[in-house]
Amino acid sequence: MMTYEELQELAASEVEKQEQHDYCVRVCLAAGCLSLYNDEIKNALEIAVEDRGLGDKVAIKGVGCMGLCAAGPLVSVEPDGVLYERVSVDDAPAIIDALGKDPVEHIHCPLDIPFFERQQKIVLENSGVVDPESIEDYLTRQGYEALMIALTEMSSAEVIDEVVRSGLRGRGGGGYPTGLKWQTVAKAMGDTKYVICNGDEGDPGAFMDRSVLESDPHRIVEGMVIAAYAVGAQKGYIYVRAEYPLAIERLKLALRQARRHGVLGDNILGTGFNFNIEIRLGAGAYVCGEETALMASIEGNRGNPRPRPPYPADHGLWGDSTLINNVETFANIAPIVRNGGDWYASIGTEGSKGTKVFALAGQIQNTGLIEVPMGITLREIVEEIGGGTPGEKAFKAVQTGGPTGGCIPKEYLDVPVDFDSLVELGSIMGSGGMIVMDETSSMLGVARYFMEFCMTESCGKCIPCRVGTAQMFRLLDKITKGQGTMTDLELLEELCDLTKYASLCGLGQSAPNPVLSTLRYFRHEYLEQIIDAPEPVA
Amino acid sequence: MAVRSRIKTLKIDGRDVSGHEDESILDIARENNIYIPTLCQLDGLSIVGACRLCLVEVQGWRKLVPACATYIEEGMEVFTNTERLQNYRRMILELLFSEGNHICAICVSNGNCELQDLAQKLGMDHVRFPNLQPVRTVDMTHERFVVDRNRCVLCARCVRVCDEIEGAHTWDIKGRGVDARVIPDLDIDWGDSPTCTSCGKCVNVCPTGALVVKGQPSGEMIKRQEFLVYLSEIREARNG
Amino acid sequence: MRHRTKVDLPSDDKRWKMVQGTMRRNGFRPDALIETLHTCQEAFGYLDDEALLFVSRALHVSPSKVYGVATFYHFFNLKPQGEHTCAVCTGTACYIKGAQDIIDTLSEQYDIAPEQTTEDDKLSLMTVRCVGACGLAPAVVLDGEVLGNVTPDQMRQHIDEVMNHDDV
Repeated sequence: MMTYEELQELAASEVEKQEQHDYCVRVCLAAGCLSLYNDEIKNALEIAVEDRGLGDKVAIKGVGCMGLCAAGPLVSVEPDGVLYERVSVDDAPAIIDALGKDPVEHIHCPLDIPFFERQQKIVLENSGVVDPESIEDYLTRQGYEALMIALTEMSSAEVIDEVVRSGLRGRGGGGYPTGLKWQTVAKAMGDTKYVICNGDEGDPGAFMDRSVLESDPHRIVEGMVIAAYAVGAQKGYIYVRAEYPLAIERLKLALRQARRHGVLGDNILGTGFNFNIEIRLGAGAYVCGEETALMASIEGNRGNPRPRPPYPADHGLWGDSTLINNVETFANIAPIVRNGGDWYASIGTEGSKGTKVFALAGQIQNTGLIEVPMGITLREIVEEIGGGTPGEKAFKAVQTGGPTGGCIPKEYLDVPVDFDSLVELGSIMGSGGMIVMDETSSMLGVARYFMEFCMTESCGKCIPCRVGTAQMFRLLDKITKGQGTMTDLELLEELCDLTKYASLCGLGQSAPNPVLSTLRYFRHEYLEQIIDAPEPVA
Repeated sequence: MAVRSRIKTLKIDGRDVSGHEDESILDIARENNIYIPTLCQLDGLSIVGACRLCLVEVQGWRKLVPACATYIEEGMEVFTNTERLQNYRRMILELLFSEGNHICAICVSNGNCELQDLAQKLGMDHVRFPNLQPVRTVDMTHERFVVDRNRCVLCARCVRVCDEIEGAHTWDIKGRGVDARVIPDLDIDWGDSPTCTSCGKCVNVCPTGALVVKGQPSGEMIKRQEFLVYLSEIREARNG
Repeated sequence: MRHRTKVDLPSDDKRWKMVQGTMRRNGFRPDALIETLHTCQEAFGYLDDEALLFVSRALHVSPSKVYGVATFYHFFNLKPQGEHTCAVCTGTACYIKGAQDIIDTLSEQYDIAPEQTTEDDKLSLMTVRCVGACGLAPAVVLDGEVLGNVTPDQMRQHIDEVMNHDDV
């Protein structure tokens, strides 16, 4: 068991150790760059340092995601403030030789571009900077300071108060006020309470949570322990997709380190507070992102959702009061406690505070991970940060909210992004996946794609979702093939209505969204495919 | 010791009614002879809220709620039979019919089938959706019973009665979505099941002709469900 | 005190010890079911009836429930996989960037539909839900390694490489 003073000493000696090196070369080892063999580049850099006898002067550090995945593998150099893109093993000697001098020209990536300048990082403040496998490195970045403040200087009510004041809303998609959720769980009866971190990032096209878990796992641990203290929980679970092996590995390591350093387990930081975390692996079921299904899965059951109420705060895991928040939500907690709720509330819009992490993908120049203040417009994200669509192809729509969200056309690109504005446009914030589509994409095809997804991911418990999605998929397929009639279109719209309002859980209730939003903005694409469609009115 | 629970007053379809706070909208509606259609719900089994036929509207609530799984609240105004609900219910039945083989004329449960009754009562006289023609099997290997998965509506009553009342948990559901099927043990032949006690409870609670007694002439499969409330009450009393 | 019979390991294959280890760490509680199935699949590559029945007895969960859980989650395989697995990501970004072309090309080349294994048990072609490598779309996971920005032809080469590697 360590005290906070000992942790601070550890952080100080780590800083001292790092300062002995004149240069730090950071190599992105998140899943994206890793799949482009950045680990081999790291080896090559280490050899190049060794060959030049610079071992004392240059540190090579594996870090998490730097964001601009499209330009990977990425390597950065401090204190030079240089970023290298599309690095190959052969570039390693040149990178080392250029330390403190002009950067290597052909792989130099400028940092004064909107992609970097327009971002504001809270959740990702450590991503691409700290070594995700080192608790010492996390400590040098004010790691576990918020936990110490919460445990020793604040009552649990005061912690909750800061979260309420921050205006933070759940980042998993629903946008439910986080502070209110914490208050409810804190007030719930019963001695046993649980805290669950939902890392079942299932939306295709979304990789924010994966990236945070791979790049800065201690941030999640810290957020969860603070939450547990605030609501009075003793046990926590992190539910992660089995498809994210690297994230799981780093989380496991982080939990071991946290226990060894006394910030997790019994008598945390000597304050007498006990809290433990276990990892639970998802097994390929999208519906388990729904909180009641997720709890069923943690209990070892089929991931079937159940009717709410009762809500998890009242009747959660094994019937006890349970707090469930998403990865990105927990990632915001330590900075909120450190800097105060008012600081957080000063960022963003009236109804949506703080920043949001988005995963930009699809037909866009700068695919990757970005964090921007709420209220930024879609145009700024797509055209400036994202660099627009590649080639000569024109932008057509941006899809937000995954299979349960919608497609937003170019007319609405100037709408500021927050929870409420996206709902008004017939989409949702969702977890943060943003897929850009150009003029070559068929909106009907996209609707059909998402319906197939929802059909195969439906748990089968309730009839509107089980059979409704299957019938809607058939109708969309028929229309796509040019065999649909106006009657089919009417039937499709009736089914959308039924599934939206009669399904048991969020998956079914929002499964029609991609159809509804493409019908709203691109109805002509449907009509063009329908055999007895009336002639368009001139 | 008598358990005290608060009394709540509410309106169902314009009628003033009252009940205990731990009673559902469905309980109170039934007490007052207000009909709400149900399929997965059965007195004596746990509530799952899966069939969505008992959805009702509550004044001022954004979402429709299942009457079976929603407790009554003071002052709530419930509407059980609006045009919108009638449409939804008919469409849910259409979907069920499109998902399997529900041709009544050749079914042993003809005339004694809850799905058939619902279709008649709710006025679902034709199905606008093409049949999904799923591959579903018939298992006649049990010496006394038959499971015909073509007629199954996946209400999971058999799964619940076998687990909650008989305690054998022979039945469960495999797969998911439209591929979900009821199965005994590791999806083996029913006749080979080492866990089945052949008690026949699953057959009696099945709302359709999916689980029936072997060798019944068409239309003569009558299900007996009186045992269920009796057994579940005894079970509850014994477990305190 | 409830009497619980000790459940013997199905054979002296050491991998059963791993499976038992996971159950022990979880106190043989029924909620360890999914964790145990993960260990089982990691150890044996897939879940056969013997494994499912062993887990069922050791955790006191009925066989039908074990089967129901194992078939609910797509991550679990009830049949053995090929020596090599090629999983094409079908997430939205990959879909937009031509994942279907990759699936079609590989299906034709190796004469198997997605989720099938070649007759010589060499290759299983799978589709997976978003692997979170959207920045590298289209992405394919070949024998556990993520390959990004691939074309159908490149994939064919990659697969031939790993398959020929075995023959040497």
